[in-house]
Amino acid sequence: MAIQLKADHLESIRTHGAREYPNECCGMLLGHAGDAVKEVSEVVPLRNIRHDFTRAQELLPLEDPGRESEKNRFLIDPQEQLRVEKDARARGLDVLGYYHSHPDHPARPSNYDREHAWPWYSYIILSVEQGEASELTSWVLSGDRLRFDLEPVKL
Amino acid sequence: MPVKVVIPTPLRQYTGKKDSVEIEAKTVGEALAGLTSRYSDLRKHLYNEEGKLRSFVNVYVNDEDIRFLQKDLTPLAETDVVSIVPSIAGGSVNRCICS
Repeated sequence: MAIQLKADHLESIRTHGAREYPNECCGMLLGHAGDAVKEVSEVVPLRNIRHDFTRAQELLPLEDPGRESEKNRFLIDPQEQLRVEKDARARGLDVLGYYHSHPDHPARPSNYDREHAWPWYSYIILSVEQGEASELTSWVLSGDRLRFDLEPVKL
Repeated sequence: MPVKVVIPTPLRQYTGKKDSVEIEAKTVGEALAGLTSRYSDLRKHLYNEEGKLRSFVNVYVNDEDIRFLQKDLTPLAETDVVSIVPSIAGGSVNRCICS
């Protein structure tokens, strides 16, 4: 499987990551899934609700809030997620995956990313170094949940 | 009495590509147990090694999160629709963010 995006989709993810720095950004990838390629037709920036500590803790508690925050964690608002997904389905689009940024950290999935992932979805990670968008990679969780495999990103 | 369980796209590879499955169940717990015994490869993506629902896996009955109902014991009626919805979360490695 590979994921295909247009240049302006990549630009939109990079701009979002740079704008949210030093915090993590996140968003949804919508489009059509073929047998060999997931073709993205829309990139939807979403809010990182780790900014709202109390609400986010209710939804998915952090184990160590002293060391974890919106600077190194993201959580998508489930209501926003369901609304965008429902709207996408009504327009014949599927959720192909999600993107998020790693401020001042490589574009490699963390163990925390792995623990909160499902197979098949594309997880795009953008590294943002000192406020500037840097490397962008895409990953798919293996069926045994033990590792992420790098997924080719096509333009 | 069968209820409808909606299977999200990433997990359809484990249900023979079905986007929904009918399961005989009186509670949400029974519906999930029935689903994962019929499609055993689904289990590890819903439950952790201790057999608990993974923290990022949310279950809805119609439009309500079962955490705010009666969790696993939430009763089901024939017209109810059970949905499995992941919390989308992640982040870079643990590091001290204190200055």
